[in-house]
Amino acid sequence: MSPDEPLVATLVYVEHHEGEPVRGALGVVSKAADLGDDVTAVLCGPGVSEFASSIGGYGAGRVLVADDPALADPVPQPRVDVLEQVVRDQGFDTVLFAASVLTADIAAALAARLDAGLNWDLVDLERADGRLVGKRPALQDSILVDVGWKRDPSLALIRSGTFEPVAKGGDAAVQKIPVEVEEWSAQTVMLEQAHEERSGPSIEDADVIVAGGRGLGSPDNFSLLEELARALGGAVAATRAVVDAGWYPYAAQVGQTGRTVSPKLYVACGISGAIQHKVGMQGSGTIVAINKDPHAPIFEYADLAVVGDLHEIIPRLTELVRQRKAA
Amino acid sequence: MLAPVKIAVCMKEVPDASATKRIDPQTLRLDRSGDGTLNEFDTHALEEALRVKDASSETEVVVVSMGPGKAMDSLRKALAMGADRVVLVTDEAAAGSDLIATSKVLAKALERESPDLIVLGQQAGDSDGAVLWAALADRLRLPMISQAASLELREGKARSKRQTEYGYDVIEAALPCVVAVSDAINEPRYPSLKGIMGAKKKPQETVSLVDLGLAGDEVGAAGSRTEVYALGEPAARGETQRIEDEGDAAEKIIEYLSARKIL
Ligand SMILES: Cc1cc2nc3c(=O)[nH]c(=O)nc-3n(C[C@H](O)[C@H](O)[C@H](O)COP(=O)(O)OP(=O)(O)OC[C@H]3O[C@@H](n4cnc5c(N)ncnc54)[C@H](O)[C@@H]3O)c2cc1C
Ligand SMILES: Nc1ncnc2c1ncn2[C@@H]1O[C@H](COP(=O)(O)O)[C@@H](O)[C@H]1O
Repeated sequence: MSPDEPLVATLVYVEHHEGEPVRGALGVVSKAADLGDDVTAVLCGPGVSEFASSIGGYGAGRVLVADDPALADPVPQPRVDVLEQVVRDQGFDTVLFAASVLTADIAAALAARLDAGLNWDLVDLERADGRLVGKRPALQDSILVDVGWKRDPSLALIRSGTFEPVAKGGDAAVQKIPVEVEEWSAQTVMLEQAHEERSGPSIEDADVIVAGGRGLGSPDNFSLLEELARALGGAVAATRAVVDAGWYPYAAQVGQTGRTVSPKLYVACGISGAIQHKVGMQGSGTIVAINKDPHAPIFEYADLAVVGDLHEIIPRLTELVRQRKAA
Repeated sequence: MLAPVKIAVCMKEVPDASATKRIDPQTLRLDRSGDGTLNEFDTHALEEALRVKDASSETEVVVVSMGPGKAMDSLRKALAMGADRVVLVTDEAAAGSDLIATSKVLAKALERESPDLIVLGQQAGDSDGAVLWAALADRLRLPMISQAASLELREGKARSKRQTEYGYDVIEAALPCVVAVSDAINEPRYPSLKGIMGAKKKPQETVSLVDLGLAGDEVGAAGSRTEVYALGEPAARGETQRIEDEGDAAEKIIEYLSARKIL
């Protein structure tokens, strides 16, 4: 881009939780600033004005605040109304989101509203010859695809944990924006809102993690993993499928909506290896996967792929580990 | 309204897991010519609808899909499980549709049905988007709940528990609404022999874009707002060593870990 070309106007939706902007979203702000864009952040929810200017420190020149009680529940649709208006009024070229349960819904609905393109699960962004290019791992991360947008605005969801926030210092100008929520958008209400559930075992500090998924067959079989974990001196973790089913506590969940872990050894048992699970454990030193399906996606990124029945392998493995430790 | 009278379930055919998935280097699209199978995640959506039908016999469950004509073979499994009929939007011009184009087509097909409840799966195994419902709900101007780990229908409302990054929410939306379910919500039933036999006789409608009042350039590659520029290789992550268990897998795992001084 030549120096006299106008800067690309980028809007970053910044999600917040319990009075703080989320890390991932700040990471996206920093990335957008690195691209050389004119970065504006937008915050939605009552009370967001209080911490809005701090986002300037991560690279946003301006922060728009939709500080309104109508946005109290973290549900997507009222936010789509607000963002549609902002994008139409201020004409952003790009709208970026750090992927989460909330932002994925906002981004896709906004795309429909604006008849705009949305690319998801991006692990990098660059500007090449004046156009935005997203890097998206596809087909179980077996291939990296360059994706683009045919017209503005270009909407993108960035895979969780992709960009680190970089504190550069500085304050942003804070500007209030109008909040008008359509009647049908306000039809979804949150009766109970999630708060950090920190009870249960801590898996983030463990050197060894033995993780279980639906392949365990029943909640009782977690005892097999607990025994192996004890023998290895590690902790037990789980997938969302089994946490959702009530087999194991949420605090032990690894993945996009759970914890991010990087133990020296990760033993995945009866886990298919969905991308949303992978993002929480791909930093592990050595990944051993036991799965009876030879096509299980987890084998694509395991160091040791063991095709077999975990019910036979795990008890024997526990016994062998114990023997070694005793010797 | 006691129970939803009509439930639409969005389901799609995806390439079979055993087939090597590939993106055609010419078209830069997923090669869908090989064996297809019903997207596993969508069978959870169907199961949830069938449970409502089990409890209230007036409920009709209609499967709505977009895909190549041969997708009907996979969708027949939904009929065998208990769905009443299938509407498959199939049209050359729809090929290569991205999120924006797909949601346009499915929204039209759903408008024709005007269901009391629309259920989707957690993600399509090929695109891993996990976003379509939100675009659909917006086009249909309906409230939505995603990632539902439970679904209760009461007094004209849908209520779900669902996981976010912070734990569990409870959300409620008035019917008609769009609900996307987590794959942990239920254990999908297997089709019975009777179900399989009966499936062939159930209505299997294919509709074209014209039937839906859509022009070819609104959908497919022409109507898409995103594109694929190039295919590349992901960062290499080292070799995967493979073991097929022949009764000695545990020994081999120990060997592997000791050789790398992990044990
Ligand atoms: C927005 C969003 C966020 C998500 N966040 C997360 C997250 O944080 N963490 C997460 O884990 N998931 C998350 N998911 C869900 C994810 O997509 C998968 O649905 C989930 O990880 C699957 O869990 P699983 O591997 O236990 O179950 P399944 O996919 O059902 O896999 C079970 C595996 O067990 C194998 N198996 C069965 N029996 C045996 C046996 N006897 N021996 C050996 N193997 C056996 C099967 O072959 C299969 O591969 C998220 C999804 C979405 C849409
Ligand atoms: N072509 C399609 N036809 C019908 N339903 C679809 C189609 N594509 C996606 N879906 C539905 O949308 C859900 C999410 O898909 P996606 O956002 O593409 O991952 C799937 O689980 C299906 O229920």
